[in-house]
Amino acid sequence: MSRTIKLRKGLDIKLIGEADKVKSNAERSSVFAVKPPDFHGLVPKMAVKVGDKVQAGSVIFANKYKEDVKFASPVSGEIAEIVRGEKRRILAVTIKADAENSYADLGGIDTAGASAADIKAKMLASGLWPFIKMRPIDIVANPDDEPKAIFISAFDSAPLAPDYDFVLHGENEAFQAGLNALATLTKGQVHLTMRGTSNPDAVFTGAKGVQQNKISGKHPVGNVGTQIHHIDPVNKGEVVWTVNAQDVAIIGRVLTSGKFDTSKVIAVTGSEVKSPKYIKTQIGTSMADVLTDNVKEGNVRHISGNVLSGEKVELDGFLGYYDSHVTVIPEGDEPKFMLTKGWMGPGIGKFSINRSYFNWLMPNKKYALDTNLNGEVRNFVVTGEMEKVFPFDIYPMHLTKAVMYNDIDLMENLGIYEVAPEDFALCEFVCTSKVNIQETIREGLDVIYEECM
Amino acid sequence: MRKMEPQHDSKWAKFHPVWDGFYTFLFTPGETTKRGSHIRDGIDLKRTMFMVVTALIPCLLFGIYNTGHWHMVPTGEAGAYMDHFGDKLIYGLIQVMPIVIVSYAVGLGVEFIFCIKNKHAIQEGFLVSGMLIPLIIPADTPLWMVAFATIFAVVLGKEVFGGTGMNIVNIALTARAFLFFGYPTMMSGDKVWMSGLSDTPKDQLTDGFSGATPLGELASFVGPKADWALQSGEAFAAKWPIMDSFWGFIPGSVGETSVAAILIGAALLLYTGIASWRIMLSFVAGGFVVGLLANLGFDNPYYQMEAVNHLVIGGFAFGAVFMITDPVTAAQTNTGKFIYGFLGGGLAICVRVYNGAYPEGVMMAILFMNVMAPMIDHYVVGANIKRRNKRLKPKAA
Repeated sequence: MSRTIKLRKGLDIKLIGEADKVKSNAERSSVFAVKPPDFHGLVPKMAVKVGDKVQAGSVIFANKYKEDVKFASPVSGEIAEIVRGEKRRILAVTIKADAENSYADLGGIDTAGASAADIKAKMLASGLWPFIKMRPIDIVANPDDEPKAIFISAFDSAPLAPDYDFVLHGENEAFQAGLNALATLTKGQVHLTMRGTSNPDAVFTGAKGVQQNKISGKHPVGNVGTQIHHIDPVNKGEVVWTVNAQDVAIIGRVLTSGKFDTSKVIAVTGSEVKSPKYIKTQIGTSMADVLTDNVKEGNVRHISGNVLSGEKVELDGFLGYYDSHVTVIPEGDEPKFMLTKGWMGPGIGKFSINRSYFNWLMPNKKYALDTNLNGEVRNFVVTGEMEKVFPFDIYPMHLTKAVMYNDIDLMENLGIYEVAPEDFALCEFVCTSKVNIQETIREGLDVIYEECM
Repeated sequence: MRKMEPQHDSKWAKFHPVWDGFYTFLFTPGETTKRGSHIRDGIDLKRTMFMVVTALIPCLLFGIYNTGHWHMVPTGEAGAYMDHFGDKLIYGLIQVMPIVIVSYAVGLGVEFIFCIKNKHAIQEGFLVSGMLIPLIIPADTPLWMVAFATIFAVVLGKEVFGGTGMNIVNIALTARAFLFFGYPTMMSGDKVWMSGLSDTPKDQLTDGFSGATPLGELASFVGPKADWALQSGEAFAAKWPIMDSFWGFIPGSVGETSVAAILIGAALLLYTGIASWRIMLSFVAGGFVVGLLANLGFDNPYYQMEAVNHLVIGGFAFGAVFMITDPVTAAQTNTGKFIYGFLGGGLAICVRVYNGAYPEGVMMAILFMNVMAPMIDHYVVGANIKRRNKRLKPKAA
């Protein structure tokens, strides 16, 4: 039974620098990396040393506390460096890539007829498991759980987000194979949720063995968390799994072919990109290669992911494991004089959900927003603004405060099991008091994970 | 300006909050987001507070002129409302501006001291409170009282709870309540509402003159006991036409008289989305409904006042737009805001009608609702929690 949902709350932020719908191949990076911090809470147990030769699909580390869950190298080559940070925490494993990928033979299977146990074993062994994340907590799924459903969002509504209809066009077979595999893992439904107002690509509408839902509204309508909340919300004690649409195709491709081929299409966007476009590359590619000769002069910030919940990376950094999106925006580290560009000015070029600046006169204008906080961190004063952009039956400010004073009972009661930090990205954007809400929510989830799961 | 920044090890280090206050006033700092949402909404607390202060300006300007006008009325020199424009304006300025200056200077002084002591950044809450205080007291209030009340309100109303955003009751109303209970003769009766009246010798007053506000005066219309309420209602309507109350040509606290000026501010606040329309609307609705209900009784003249008249007279409109909507002290949930506003408006008129001795019930009603707001939220949030638990139960069973 498919569902159609309409949301009224939310906010679409229109930014300059949407990607043109042309796919081009990125130059193959000479260095790739897998970054343990991409998998929140993971303590890696290394399986390789510096100088070891690996093939695409070779295990490079595993979860120390759940050794079944393995992480594989996306390319073949030689382990170049294990980058460590404070307290010797592993920040990245970099791999010096061969010119051509050679693949470890993982053995292909037909996902349509396979049993759950086979699929699970195969996915764990071949490093595909980390593509599955779980709610609550929003971390890599625990293979011992029984998820009540699996959710896949067929679109991304974040600012400048890649268009999955375009990205996955023609990937029907791999995508369906991935869905088949996922369907064996749950006793419940696999939900594939599409945007209600557009005509999704055949790769989604033709999907079989899943429940197809439609949802329409403003961002965060494409966030899988929003969709879960409105289709089949997570209660205490329940688990659902989520997979990115592109990763479903990767899972399908790897399982059928037996080759760990993680190529994906990413969108290179943002106001500081010369020609925003789609690029075919691989997981773990270096940012420098994605952005070669394509960034404007000046002080800019490179973000792996979207502007609302992505991760800041330097130009010599690497694409995040789950990201299919790179955004480059100007840094805003210049003080702004109050009468011209500051708080008393007319606010040209500023975007606000309130009408206190004049941006409401130009509803279709696209903005080149910078990273300035546009103010100082304050106590919560204004109420009701988060509710406007938060399409959950949850009180965002009350939940945030409950996390701040670390009241576990109250967090549970107010619905912390249903949310991920990214769901609060817009709340953080609109907050007049400039509180870092996503970080706070993540802290809350960490506490819950430690105490209650 | 950067050069003047006190370093951590210098002897001026503890004045860093003061420097920070001035610096961030002049420049939005170049501080950037670290992670999470990399872009942020253009608005900040300074902008929000600035919009509220802007919205208060029509009230202030009108209040200044109105003060001048009513100064001249008792002696009969005033003439029509717009006569002697310059004289009235100058008198009003001389009378009102010192209150504004004292309120800001004292209030900000206290804030600075606490910020230095607690090593906090200076937060913007007082920008609005400092403007509200002069507007809700009579223009004749001595400056030392203003200073005293401001100190009381900022210290006990706000700083003891942790500063901006942490207070339980509205700061400006705390100041007014302090004056009201501490110096009742300066805040009520028939001597204070027209500036300079208490200094004017009796023989210079025109015959049969009363210096009370229309609301206060209503109780003193005399007539045969039986239809006292009805008759004084009519006499009242004749002396104080409703449109005068609307435009603000009546005596009263500095900024509260003109509903027209308040509506300009309300329009700005609502249009920019800074004040909650839910609270404003339900506050007015609450007042109107109780005003209508009160018309059924005859016990005192206030019962017979038209419901619409209730809304334009006294501090009701000002309270509805600028006081009850204070986001810190109001209910925080959207459902809670409706309940909070409605009860607040109803209660304000209740106090006015059923307690004839104290016609200006708005202050009391709002302070009371400030205290009640967390409880309203508690039940609204509780309903949300129940809904969530219910979802779980059928599955468990």
